[in-house]
Amino acid sequence: MSERTIIRSGESATTTTAGALPLRVRSRWTRILLSRDAVMFYALIAVVVYAYTQVPYFASTQTVGFLLLDVIPILLIAMPMALVIITGEIDLSVASTVGLTSAVMGVLFQAGVPIGLVLVLCLLLGTFLGAFNGFLVTTLGLPSLAVTIGTLALYRGFALVVIGDNAVANFPQELTRFSTSKLGDTGIPVVMLLVLVVALFFGVLLHFTPFGRALFALGFNKEAAAFVGIRVGRAKFWLFVSTGLVSSLAGIFWTLRYSSARSDNATGIELAVIAAVLLGGVSIFGGKGSIPGVIIGVLLIGTINYTLRLARFSDVVLSIVTGALLIASVVAPSIAEWARGRLHARRTTRLELQKAAAQ
Amino acid sequence: MQTQTPPRSTSKQISRFLRSREIPVASALIVLVVVTATINPLFLTPQGVKDLLLNATIVVILAIGQAVVIITRNVDLSVGSILGLVAFGTGTLFAVYPGIPIILVFLIGMAFGAVLGAVNGLLVTIAKVPALVITLGTLYIYRGLNNAWAGGTQYFAGDRPRAFSNLSTDTIFGFPLITLLAVVVVVGVAVVLAYTRAGRDLYAIGSDPAAARLFGIPVTRRVLGAFVASGVLAGLAAVLYASRFNAVGATTGTGLELDVVAAAVVGGVAIFGGSGTVVGAAIGALLLTTITSALTALRVDKFWQQAIVGVLIIAAISVDRLVSLNRARKLRVSEARNV
Repeated sequence: MSERTIIRSGESATTTTAGALPLRVRSRWTRILLSRDAVMFYALIAVVVYAYTQVPYFASTQTVGFLLLDVIPILLIAMPMALVIITGEIDLSVASTVGLTSAVMGVLFQAGVPIGLVLVLCLLLGTFLGAFNGFLVTTLGLPSLAVTIGTLALYRGFALVVIGDNAVANFPQELTRFSTSKLGDTGIPVVMLLVLVVALFFGVLLHFTPFGRALFALGFNKEAAAFVGIRVGRAKFWLFVSTGLVSSLAGIFWTLRYSSARSDNATGIELAVIAAVLLGGVSIFGGKGSIPGVIIGVLLIGTINYTLRLARFSDVVLSIVTGALLIASVVAPSIAEWARGRLHARRTTRLELQKAAAQ
Repeated sequence: MQTQTPPRSTSKQISRFLRSREIPVASALIVLVVVTATINPLFLTPQGVKDLLLNATIVVILAIGQAVVIITRNVDLSVGSILGLVAFGTGTLFAVYPGIPIILVFLIGMAFGAVLGAVNGLLVTIAKVPALVITLGTLYIYRGLNNAWAGGTQYFAGDRPRAFSNLSTDTIFGFPLITLLAVVVVVGVAVVLAYTRAGRDLYAIGSDPAAARLFGIPVTRRVLGAFVASGVLAGLAAVLYASRFNAVGATTGTGLELDVVAAAVVGGVAIFGGSGTVVGAAIGALLLTTITSALTALRVDKFWQQAIVGVLIIAAISVDRLVSLNRARKLRVSEARNV
């Protein structure tokens, strides 16, 4: 008889059996080099190298610029979203928050409010929208999936009420130009610095603070987390506030980048964000995931899509690739697990047979 | 211990009826219709009612399929993409075989939907991955296939036989044919869920998958069945879509999935499974589609429509939460009395 225990946080499964099986102990470095994040990183490098050498026009600073500008909103929102999903919740209202921020920004600016004040009010709005989600989920105890489907409709609805069919386009040129400006000759957008700050903030928060460790605990088992003194409700509330705030930041960027405030801005990107986060190794059950993994996930989807577009594949293939990657990324571990189980079973039976033969 | 006198069965039935999950959403619908009709009598003209029902039919069918899946603690986000694929397939069938019998088109559409649903179901049950992720993936894949297949091609109502389009214009006693079909489907699925072994199993699985497995319920087969059912119903909805609307193409049905989940949730189907009925989901879908027409009839700015849908969803889950908290408290009290 054998009994297996699987350590969830690490990728290697330790096996203990009644028969003396040789235990494979991997060194720290091999573990890091074989981890899921690392494999995703190799895939990203492979795609970039392939595109760089094989796809015409990929190897240019312009490409880098457009690619990064395209992924910035998703990358921004993916950071807090990763934390939310790690605690076992979800926020589907992010794209609507982007849209409402954009609409409010346009209307306020058109009404003659100074742009500085407009930006501050937009960020406050995002914070408030996130707090409303947080209130419904933590104080009233409603399921976040249903709540944020509701606020997805509600916030997008408000965006329509605020701005209707109109579009506001005459934002100050300094700002619109700034939103697409590049760092010197590198082609990297200046805004990436902001994204870096956000990513660093959430990365440090998740991986190097007690709060972050608590989030993993929360995702594993809410009751247990509450018992060891984690304030479950409060932690989740602030996570929803952070998705709201970062989404409004993305909304401001979106509006300035396309120089257009419309109610339907960013419609549907919530699914793209969630797809990227899950591809980045965050478990939808909660309790598992990392910020570097999510960044790689977003860049991988972004690069593949951009490469395909450059290589003149139609948008058709893009969505098939996104979907297939997503499914492959979640099904692959199950298949690996199954294969490992089969291998393990075969090894134990062989060992038992040897033992029986020896006796 | 004191034996309780059993309450009279009729009053018990009435109180059970009044506490059922469909009551809040049904009353909301009735209030909406009555208020709108009082302010604008044109709302309930035969033509108005017919439009109301026609608009609701397709979402109703999708919502009951979704309800079946949600009851098992899963979700099917790919229904909009399935609808798009099958609707385009329907258009293609009529374009390639102009004389094809309509009933055959329905069967092919439903079979096509069943295959797409089975892919979802197999991935969810065999790979043991949450349905949210799998169906998010197939949402993209099916939509991509639809794009690849259709390209820029669109089929218009003119390409389809008159008899097929008539399905959504002909009425019996003021009810459009396809709406009657939807009613038959709702009743059929409701009976299966309420009175058959397989139907009750779905609730058990949704309440506690592990316990259901221990109890000997074939969880894998039942969940697979739920996804196939959702696929078949999406296929049916798609054929009706092709009958009702002029054009079917690469983007048909985009973004429907969240409306459909919303309809089920508004109708009292708990998002974490185990409770709710398809009748509730159908009323939820009817309510959401009626709001659009009611706002137009009330001359409220059409831009308010989506915000109101959002408020309704949040209200519905809040009411649900209150009811379940109340029930839990009563259970505790009655258990404490019995001890």
